[in-house]
Order: sequence, then C-alpha cells, then structure tokens
Amino acid sequence: MANKNESLGKTLFVVVALCLVCAIIVAGSAVGLKPLQQKNAALDMQRNVLDAAGLLTPETDVIGLFEERVETRLFNLNTLEEVESVDGKNPTEYDPIASAKKAGLGTKLDKKVDVAGIGSREDVAKVYFINDAQGELETVVVYIRGYGLWGTMYGFMAVAPDMNTVKGINYYEHTETPGLGGEIQNPNWAASWEGKEIYESDSVALEVTKNVTDKDHQVDALSGATLTSNGVENTMQFWFSDNAYGPLFDKIRKGELN
Amino acid sequence: MASAKEVKEVLFGPIFANNPIALQILGICSALAVTSKMENTLVMCIALTFVTAFSNLFISIIRNHIPSSVRIIVQMTIIASLVIVVDQILRAYAYGIAKELSVFVGLIITNCIVMGRAEAYAMKSTPGLSFLDGIGNGLGYSVVLLTVGFIRELFGSGSLFGYQIMQLASEGGWYQPIGLLVLPPSAFFIIGGFIWVLRTFRTEQVEPKD
Repeated sequence: MANKNESLGKTLFVVVALCLVCAIIVAGSAVGLKPLQQKNAALDMQRNVLDAAGLLTPETDVIGLFEERVETRLFNLNTLEEVESVDGKNPTEYDPIASAKKAGLGTKLDKKVDVAGIGSREDVAKVYFINDAQGELETVVVYIRGYGLWGTMYGFMAVAPDMNTVKGINYYEHTETPGLGGEIQNPNWAASWEGKEIYESDSVALEVTKNVTDKDHQVDALSGATLTSNGVENTMQFWFSDNAYGPLFDKIRKGELN
Repeated sequence: MASAKEVKEVLFGPIFANNPIALQILGICSALAVTSKMENTLVMCIALTFVTAFSNLFISIIRNHIPSSVRIIVQMTIIASLVIVVDQILRAYAYGIAKELSVFVGLIITNCIVMGRAEAYAMKSTPGLSFLDGIGNGLGYSVVLLTVGFIRELFGSGSLFGYQIMQLASEGGWYQPIGLLVLPPSAFFIIGGFIWVLRTFRTEQVEPKD
C-alpha cells in the first residue's frame, strides 16, 4: 500500500483532489458569508463616523442613531452639485475611497496638488450630516486620508456647522508603527483636536507642530512620529484646500444647500 | 473502537499531563499576543480547538492515501483551508473580535500545536481518536491561555470579559492597574509561573539536569 501511494499518478491525484475540495470549501464559505461580512463592515464604518463626531459610547445603538439623526449625502466636488447616486449606487452604498481609483469616478491628481500623497481623488464626496435631537445640524463628518510613514492613513473628520471648528477626528485604518505613529488612534490625542479651527483668512491654517504657538490652529505633534505627524498635517492641507472640500465647505457655510 | 480509558487519556491527557504549551512549549506566540482580554482569548481558544480537531479528523480520514513525499503540504492545505473558514465565520459573526485578533487567526496555520498533532498523531491514528486528540490539545491550549488571560485582564485592566471588577484609580476607584500586564511580554512571566506550579505538582515533568 505504501508503495502504491508513492507513485507519481497517485501523488498527483491526491494533491489535485485535495486542492479541489479545499478550494470549494474556502470559496463556498467566502461567498456564502459575504453579505453578513459586508453588513458588519458597513456597521463598523457607521460606528467610525459616530466616533469621529463624539457620539459613540459602548451603549450607543449605532443603527438606530444613524437612521434617526444622520443624513448621508453625495456632492460632486467639481460642480458642487448634490447627486442622488453614483454609478448606480445610492449614498449609503457608495464607497468614495474605492471610486477614487476608478476611471470616470475619480481624478488623477497632479504631483503639485497631491500633498497628501493619495494619487487620485474621488469626484463625488460622501458627507454625513448629523443632526442634534431637535433636528438642527450639529456636525458634518467627511472622509480624509493621506500618506503617513508606511502607508495611507484613513480617517473621518467631524466639523461643526460653521465648517471651521473641528469637533473630532478618528483614524480607523493605518499601517503606522504601533506605539509611535500608531498613536494617531489614541483617544487623548484625538481629543486634542477638539475646538481647533481649520481656516484662517480663507486658507488652511490647521497644522501639526512640535511647538504649539497658535492654540487655535495648531495641534501638538506625536512624539517620535515626525513623519506620521507631517502626513496628518498634509492630509489636512489637502482635504480642506480648494482642491478638495474647500469650495463645498464654503457652500455649506453660506447655507446654500438644501 | 478504542477503550474508554484510552479515550479519556487522549481527551484529557493534554490538559495537565501532556500540555502542549506547558510541557511541549508549543504555540507560545499566540499565547502572548491575544491574552490581554478574556473575550479575545476565549474566541482564539475556540478557533484553535476547532481547527486542531477538524484538521486531525480530516487528515486521519485520508491518512492511508497521503503520499509521504507531499504529506506536509497536504496537511498544510487542510489546515489552511480550515483556518480561512474560521476567519470568514468570525468576520461574519464577531466582526469586532475578528478585527482585534486580526492576523492571529491567520497565524493559527503556523501554530505548532496544529501541525504537531497532525504529523505526530493524526497520521497514525483512527479518525475518532484523532478528533478527540485535537479537542484535547485545544483544551490544553485553552487552559493555559485562559489562565493567562484571566490574570492579565483582571490585574492589568481590572476587568473580566469587559466587565469592570475593580474600579480603576484613573476613573475614581481604588485599583492601580499593573501596566506591564497589558503588554505582551507579561504573558511570558505568567506562562513561566504556570509551568513552575504545574511541575511542582507533577514532578515527572521536570527535565533531568544536563
């Protein structure tokens, strides 16, 4: 029996048969569980949005709160028009980060413009409008991302309705060094952003520096993570400039939406 | 079918008498990484027990047909497939925990306990016993991990399964947590202590002096 097992034919047969069976099992579980996983991923995203806005506590009913108080809207960043759907996807389904790299949905950025090192920017932005319990606009949450030391850092930024005051920041995905650059996820550091102002006389003044001299616009950098801190600053410089959210923020501030 | 005594030995032997972590010092890496919270530890233990049991079972079923020239690859393929299935299930049903365990679920593939049991036991034993051996070794792994997780979470963060047992000084309570226990290296000390206690009671496990 042992000899029969060692023949080339038997070896090939066992290996091929095993691969087929395993492939079917793996593919089956991946495809079968995909809807649930996507639901979880979407829920996680909603949680990140609420976290940036400072509304997340362990008891928060994320789905309920989202349905009740959050409005997800899409805006074309070039024309500043609101759009109902992009590429057949409604605001909830639309993924701005994936769209940035697709032809027709994103624009490749010029080197000079691309200070955050993201390569291309989506044409249509996904913006979360969060109302307070009385239905008044309380917070606006937008996607931000930029290159840090090792890779792109993905996050959300929550801004007050004056479209200038920072309400919170939440980096949900990054590959920075744990303990150093990874501290961008530290709640204490995130809390130090609260109340900072993005603009000063129409240009982006928000900075991440070692020596804070201007308390209104500067955030204390992370020690031991200069390149990550620079990446965060570049992210702000790009996303709130005229090349990204700047004009849209102007429009929202003037109340020209709705 | 094997006798009841043999079944008992296969199933419960690995818990104290032949513990994969304490006696064979296998699978230490994940024991350090995932034991800072009981919840994560428990999920990791269940995942590993599941993978060990079923990889043992499947390998044992086809053991007489595995050509020895490719047997390690065949074992790895089966183990890797099972781990992917576990990872997919976790991501679907326990997303938060799956995110925290992240790469360590995938690393079950390279966990020496799974490979070791497949090669050392399942290749020579009947499917039923191999399955029990997998569960037994999973339990042995779990006993050590849960002990480590219990000590680390209780004294490192003053809680168990996320419920605050001892009020932290930073939140107005009385308990000053031991910061070291939150960090992975502390698991080394606890596992060392575990082995010490175990060998004090079971002196046959003490290795002879060189």
